[in-house]
Amino acid sequence: MINKGSKVLLEVKNLRAEVAGVEILKGVDLTVRAGEVHAIMGINGSGKSTFSKVLTGHPDYTVTGGSAMFEGKDLFSLAPEERARAGMFLAFQYPVEIPGVSNSALLRLAYNTLQTERGLEELDPLEFDDLIQEKIKVVEMDPSFLGRSVNEGFSGGEKKRNEILQMAVLEPKLAILDETDSGLDIDALRIVAKGVNTLLTSDNAVVMVTHYQRLLNYIVPDYVHVMDAGRIVRTGGKELALELEARGYDWLRAAA
Amino acid sequence: MLTKEQCYEQLLLGKTVKSESWLSPIRDKAGTRAQALNFPTAKQDDWRFTDLSPLFQHGFHPVDSYASVTLADIASLLIPGSIRLVFVDGCYASQLSDLEQAGAGVTVASLVEHSGDAQVEANFAQHALFDQDTFAALNTRFFEDGAFVHVTGETATPIHILNIATKRDTSSAIYPRCLVVMAANGRATVIEDYAGLNDGINFSNAVTEVVLNDDAQLQHVRVQREDKSAFHIGHCSVDAARGSVYTSTALAFGARVSRHDLHVTLRGEGAKVTLNGLALIGGRQIADTHTRIDHATPRCISHQLHKCIADGSAHAIFSGKIMVREGASGTDSAQSSRNLLLSGKAHIDTQPQLEIFNDDVSCKHGATIGQIDADALFFLKSRGLTEERARNLLTHAFAAEIIDMIPVPSLVESLGRTILERMNGNSAGGVSK
Repeated sequence: MINKGSKVLLEVKNLRAEVAGVEILKGVDLTVRAGEVHAIMGINGSGKSTFSKVLTGHPDYTVTGGSAMFEGKDLFSLAPEERARAGMFLAFQYPVEIPGVSNSALLRLAYNTLQTERGLEELDPLEFDDLIQEKIKVVEMDPSFLGRSVNEGFSGGEKKRNEILQMAVLEPKLAILDETDSGLDIDALRIVAKGVNTLLTSDNAVVMVTHYQRLLNYIVPDYVHVMDAGRIVRTGGKELALELEARGYDWLRAAA
Repeated sequence: MLTKEQCYEQLLLGKTVKSESWLSPIRDKAGTRAQALNFPTAKQDDWRFTDLSPLFQHGFHPVDSYASVTLADIASLLIPGSIRLVFVDGCYASQLSDLEQAGAGVTVASLVEHSGDAQVEANFAQHALFDQDTFAALNTRFFEDGAFVHVTGETATPIHILNIATKRDTSSAIYPRCLVVMAANGRATVIEDYAGLNDGINFSNAVTEVVLNDDAQLQHVRVQREDKSAFHIGHCSVDAARGSVYTSTALAFGARVSRHDLHVTLRGEGAKVTLNGLALIGGRQIADTHTRIDHATPRCISHQLHKCIADGSAHAIFSGKIMVREGASGTDSAQSSRNLLLSGKAHIDTQPQLEIFNDDVSCKHGATIGQIDADALFFLKSRGLTEERARNLLTHAFAAEIIDMIPVPSLVESLGRTILERMNGNSAGGVSK
């Protein structure tokens, strides 16, 4: 929901970044306010996944220019865990499997870390169990998944739902969903989208990075940005996504 | 600082322990072998990775008095509800032991007090041979007392053999000894536990013999959590008869230098052995595990999973030999060595060895060495965990696969805490990363 008066959560200016010495982002500008839903679209290699990793501090990427402020704080002066504690969240394109660490143990550890950061009480395992039983309803997940190792033996759809479960537990101010729709069948897509919609409020925001328009039928964006060759080359409303679906990306690339 | 020769001379000055008439000649013979042998050298294949030189710098003296240790001193090491036999610096501590839970069909006692037992006489020093083994010879010559476990029935109560080393004015040479005899169809869980109080520089030289008669089943847990300044050399020989099932979970956390030799002979048809091992070390620690599984008869099964985790500038070694004898048809063997390096200065050597003299076998083995997965680390940090917390969680998870195999839940839980403390100590030692 667009409300020009609402608080700016993220302000990215002229961001440049490289990986292994190759410049991928070549001057990205983006402003996200509370309550907004953004979609960043683009062909493979346009830089959209790099953008999400740079914002969350992946060590493989080096920022070479520009700035990113998160609620007025310089994002690039913060370690990845500090960004998470400040309220940023990344739903991974390829969720990591962690044998030997149970889903519920990880969720409680992460939750309590944020509670401490916010000056609130940690929850013991019993209290946390009450919380988590409510949260798993958001993604229609079977409680048996809580006792299993993180993502180990999960299907593609289950892994993506597990990412949204983490988002539900951590309640970030800004969630970046990196190709959360990839590899999902229509039922899983619907569940994931419903989960995200449930979590949206006027105080938080979502940035979806996606290749396809399909997800946007379920999570309706306020803004659609098209990224090409490391820059945002076009910004429009949700109708821009439909136009991309109909015409492809080439006309924009030529214009850029 | 002593030389290697002086250190060995000092050990040979150990105290003479009075023994039963059948045992005295064995002690004498072991003493003669100890005189003839010496410390192993790096030229011996079994010792080429193990740097014993930190051990040689100290003079280790025989324990000549009883240290006063209270239950409160060892409270954190106890396993609630277990049958407990405690040794302090190799001497039996009856006041710390608790044998109330030992029911019918279970004998748990001091080896010296039971040295007249026919099972003791029949099995003692018959499996852990000292003829070519310096450390077994020294132990057999100088051991003060030990544990004797004889199970003729079936018990669900874990048997905890706790060996405590104390800090004294001089460094002690300690000789823990253990004999476990499982009668036909006997079933039990035995936990052999080595721990130190107050950072003593002691040398524990332990020998354990395990005999499984037909269809017996033993869960054998070994925890080596000595002080980080201590030295620990342990040998265990296992003899498995027809249809018996031997499961070992051996953990090495402590000691400046530690070594564990585990030799299993599958002597009877259809015997099954499972060896799970974990060494988790940091700082300048060295932990060496040498195992040997001897498939001497047909249709035996052996499964092995060994893990090493090395932080700081630690050095972990695993050498696992599987021998399949000519007559051992239908052998089924699988061995896996998985290793985690936590720092650029840490070092792990892994050496699977198969010697197969029969065509009708299935033998699989594999070894991997890796570091903490960078993607998993970033994932955990992106969920708010600090670098240290995330690394500890991943390390703990790697170790937990082995620790969780211990069939005593309270021990699994307390060891989980122990390794978190050790890991924090390892990374806070200033030598990691």
